[in-house]
Amino acid sequence: MRNCLLTLLLFLFASAASTGAIAEEDEHFVKVADPYIEMHTGPGRGYPIFYVIPRGEWVQLLYRKTSWFQVTSEDGKQGWVSAGQLAMTLNPSGKRVDIKDPDEKDFIVRNWEYGVTIGRFGADLGEINNGLAVLTLYGGYHFTENISNEIIFSQASGTAQSKTIFSLLNIVHEPFPDWTVSPFFTLGTGWIQTKPKSTLVATRDRTDQYANFGFGVRMHLTKRFLLRAEYKEYVVFTSRDDNEEIKEWKAGFGFFF
Amino acid sequence: MESRLRFFLLSMVLFSVGCSSTATKPSVDPSANSAAPAEQVGTEPNPDKEIIQTDPVIQPDVKRREVKESDINTENFEIGAFFGVISIEDFASAPVYGLRLDYHITEDLFIQGSYGQSEAGTTSFERLSGGLQLLTDEQRQYTYYNVSIGYNLLPGEAFITRNTTFNTSFYLIAGAGSTEFAGDDMFTVVWGAGYSITANGWLAIHLDFRDHIFDIAVTGEEKTTNNLEATIGLNYYF
Repeated sequence: MRNCLLTLLLFLFASAASTGAIAEEDEHFVKVADPYIEMHTGPGRGYPIFYVIPRGEWVQLLYRKTSWFQVTSEDGKQGWVSAGQLAMTLNPSGKRVDIKDPDEKDFIVRNWEYGVTIGRFGADLGEINNGLAVLTLYGGYHFTENISNEIIFSQASGTAQSKTIFSLLNIVHEPFPDWTVSPFFTLGTGWIQTKPKSTLVATRDRTDQYANFGFGVRMHLTKRFLLRAEYKEYVVFTSRDDNEEIKEWKAGFGFFF
Repeated sequence: MESRLRFFLLSMVLFSVGCSSTATKPSVDPSANSAAPAEQVGTEPNPDKEIIQTDPVIQPDVKRREVKESDINTENFEIGAFFGVISIEDFASAPVYGLRLDYHITEDLFIQGSYGQSEAGTTSFERLSGGLQLLTDEQRQYTYYNVSIGYNLLPGEAFITRNTTFNTSFYLIAGAGSTEFAGDDMFTVVWGAGYSITANGWLAIHLDFRDHIFDIAVTGEEKTTNNLEATIGLNYYF
């Protein structure tokens, strides 16, 4: 289980490192073009304004935290300016600085996506109280706007047993990525480990391979947030005579880079 | 990566240009010096020409780079370690420690992943009954992970001294995860509150209170337990 989590975490760090293009020694200066910009004491709308920088002055951009930039003014004052106000500053060439929050367009061309979903595993839609409570962590990489692969780690727990599901291969096809509520189809395979509760005697853990297909919808919510709901049907290749068929319903949220 | 490479190549070019200009300087200067006295001998010194001939002291090559959004370092992630105490229902209180990773999506909302571990003590029943043990040592290992959404409810400032101010936030947090204890994995709901003090640009101190709720059947019938946890943590922004 720890190895699965570690893989997912490494996946996350890999993308964090690749998206956070860091230019350590660079100094970024922009020129105030609005009548003035306001400096807050902290990265939030409620923090008091303690200084204003008039038009024509240069400010140095240090860090970005959510929609706020830490800047230093020409006379050495340091504070936080909102992204909205910085979009009104100019580059050395006199062009507007291209600063904006991620939007729907960025969502469509995203490369990495992570999220959490919760739901029921092994229950029909009508009888949602049956089955196991399932929690899923996933990380996906988009090869194109339509095709992505996801790594999935799920844990489902109930009164009699708990299951751990791990998958490295889960191809997701999104035929209409530009739709507000965009449908997708999935096809995947992985392993499912079933662990009976320790209070039940004479049972053993078992690991089986499974294949599944599913469909769902994704929706861009705001900035880097997205909503996701899906249904999956598993076929577990057990060592018994019959394969096991399991239905899974879940919904959750994700974020993208 | 590409931008760094470009920067490197650009600086190499600038460096070689700089070298060649200093190398040619001595050959240019004597001729300029020899030309100037010759002019001054015959005619009145022309002020315009003098200005032209003077080498500029400082080359105005202070080129400010174009600012692109992607060039600016973001600090939306926090990673850190915490330790504290957890009260495992029926199994006494025990030290707990673990790791946290936070991702700030907006100034209000963040996502947090936690992993923690502890070791449960003994129940009163086990202590009173003498040598009886409900769980093996391995089953007493208590590990959990969860993913939560946090909301910065009361952002603010703390005034430590007259001139020292730290940004703070009181936040609410709720999520779900899994707890491994007594040989089983239990689906766990987590909720709580915390207080963070951002000491400087990259360091934050967190005080957290959480309730971990899950169903467990170890003492006979299945029942819902509340496991309260209080921790202090140190986080690094990156």
